[in-house]
Amino acid sequence: MKFAASVGIAGYDGYVPIYRIKCSEIARVWGSQRAPIEEKSVPGLDEDSLTMAYEAARGALEMAGVNPREVGAVLVGSESPPYAVKPSATVIAEALGITPEVVAIDMEFACRAGTTAMILAAGLVASGAVKYGLAVGTDDAQARPGDELEYTAGAGAAAFLLSGRPDECVALIEHAYSYVTDTPDFWRRDGQRFPRHTFRFTGAPAYFRHVIGAARGLMEEAGLKPGDFDYVVFHQPNVKFPLRAARMLGFREEQVRPGLLSGQIGNTYAAASLLGLVRVLDVAKPGQRVLVVSFGSGAGSDAISLVTTDRVGERRSSLERLLSRRVYIDYARYVRLKKLIEVG
Amino acid sequence: MARVFIIGAGATRIGEHWDKSLRELATEALLAAVRDAGVDKRDLEAVYVGNMSSGALQGQEHLGSLIATWAGLAGVAAFKVEAACASGGAALHQAFLAVASGCYDCVAVVGVEKMTDALPHDVTASLVTAEDQEYVAFTGATFVGLNALVYRAYMAKYGVEQERVAEFAVHCHRMAVANPYAQFRREVSIEEVMSSPLIADPIRLLECAPVGDGAAALVLCSEDYLRRNPRDELVEIVGSAAATDVFSVHERRDMTTLAASRRAAEAALRQARVEPRDVDVLEVHDAFTILGVITLEDLGYAGRGEGWRLVCEGELEPGGRIPTNTMGGLKARGHPVGATGVYQAFDVVRQLRGEAGANQVEGAEVGVAQNLGGVAGTAVVHVFRRVR
Repeated sequence: MKFAASVGIAGYDGYVPIYRIKCSEIARVWGSQRAPIEEKSVPGLDEDSLTMAYEAARGALEMAGVNPREVGAVLVGSESPPYAVKPSATVIAEALGITPEVVAIDMEFACRAGTTAMILAAGLVASGAVKYGLAVGTDDAQARPGDELEYTAGAGAAAFLLSGRPDECVALIEHAYSYVTDTPDFWRRDGQRFPRHTFRFTGAPAYFRHVIGAARGLMEEAGLKPGDFDYVVFHQPNVKFPLRAARMLGFREEQVRPGLLSGQIGNTYAAASLLGLVRVLDVAKPGQRVLVVSFGSGAGSDAISLVTTDRVGERRSSLERLLSRRVYIDYARYVRLKKLIEVG
Repeated sequence: MARVFIIGAGATRIGEHWDKSLRELATEALLAAVRDAGVDKRDLEAVYVGNMSSGALQGQEHLGSLIATWAGLAGVAAFKVEAACASGGAALHQAFLAVASGCYDCVAVVGVEKMTDALPHDVTASLVTAEDQEYVAFTGATFVGLNALVYRAYMAKYGVEQERVAEFAVHCHRMAVANPYAQFRREVSIEEVMSSPLIADPIRLLECAPVGDGAAALVLCSEDYLRRNPRDELVEIVGSAAATDVFSVHERRDMTTLAASRRAAEAALRQARVEPRDVDVLEVHDAFTILGVITLEDLGYAGRGEGWRLVCEGELEPGGRIPTNTMGGLKARGHPVGATGVYQAFDVVRQLRGEAGANQVEGAEVGVAQNLGGVAGTAVVHVFRRVR
């Protein structure tokens, strides 16, 4: 799909908590040899998907330098909101001084909701319905102790302030494409604490089918090919999958590496591909083209192509600083921070 | 006993068939075998379905009528035959007996298993239903664990290093490269096998047959039927025998030899009037590398503790002394449990018909397939001969 008018990113930021646990530490406890990533991020006791979303959103607003009152939409994509019933979007909008005249809503689609929030916010801006739209992807991913998911389930958030004025933007959105099917590869029913998944079924029929479908669909619709992009960012549940998807589509590893963060922070679910985009925008030069492809179980992918403007690089996000700020914890502290033990 | 011929063979590729159900796989293989036979499917009088786990993994039993219906054969006699991992071989044995007895002139056997869309712990639990639930399984033993006991006992008794036994997996992977039906068409090195994750000490991941989905089918007929529907080249089942051993390994006098396998092989070869040295192609049930090596000894191709030599010296390759698992075996062709016995027959038939491609054993006349259930609590052995 193409938007009826220009729309782009005027401000962006990412957030990653300070704590890290090594994959080898998790493997030590469970007596396994798994090592899908090097290490993953862990939220502090006073952090959750909402506080991380707020941190990223505040940074995006600051970079854009716009008046919060002019933001007409706050869309928050997450599968780990602190409340089952009670929106996060309202808390974030209120804390940022955006309330009350605002379209504010939470969205859920496993790891995909962040990019869909971005497409919808861009649509509201491009249509002229709102002046600025804020799209956030955020997650504090949950995994049953000992499950395969525990090795990668990370935490982080990314936020983007969308504007219809190209002169304000660091990157303009060219095309978007969504690819969705009913594919039960991963789910959590109401009342269950941890998600369930279908092991290898999460590969070919789920991740690869949708990521490849969305990326090919966008390139076909936009008349683009892998060589036209300077960077490509895929949803990153581990390190292997995005690299393999890139190979299958004909991208080179150099196009993927700059936006590939999963080895250091794990799978940040709704934030995963968007944090990759934050990193790419931090290093990109003007006039470069970026492809972002998300994936959410259930299942679906969004592909978004962007071209950076002359303003890219004027200001950088907090991401680099947050990535280098690390406190390593052992599994015992991990269990406490993830609130896996009940203390009454 | 009447003579029994195989006039059609068909199969699906083994792998992760996310988009096909149990019944679709079985129907696809069955109809492929009927097409290959070039007969009218209404000639089939009975269908024997080899399957182990449909009840546990799909919640589906009564496969005889189900598969017959889906193949457009409602009306025929049809049954599921279950003997753990030997279900496919047992179904073929039943089909053979039905034609050999003179009761039926034309029957089909189809082996099918659908495992990859079940959760791993459910697959492990369903496989261990082949072991004694009251005396063994309740301890938490798994099938890999029980085979690990056999492996340890073998290495201790004969002083054989694991690297020698594990070569069996390297051989099978090399053979599977040229087999379009195989699950893993790539080579592995002994270093990769020995450094793959430990599943049950000493068994490594790459020593284990994989979990897979697949179906294979054969059309069997009598001499009478053949007279009415003549053809130039076909394969005859000249020996078909099944045997059992004391159910659980820990109750056997010697864990390093499989009595059921020896008994079934002796009976089938005697029936076929074939000596082990006359066999041109051999399919053995290598669910784990150790079972492949022990079988070579049990069938008389090597002395006790010496089976590994045949593997390491290249004698299992086409052109070797006893070409074995020339299409990849359970290890690399794949092991959709209840279908395996039929896949083995399918692979031997392809060899005897000269359709084995790069792995063709030149001038192959006689083939043997050995299918085990449990840790060889059941064994089924078939002897096939090319007829012109």
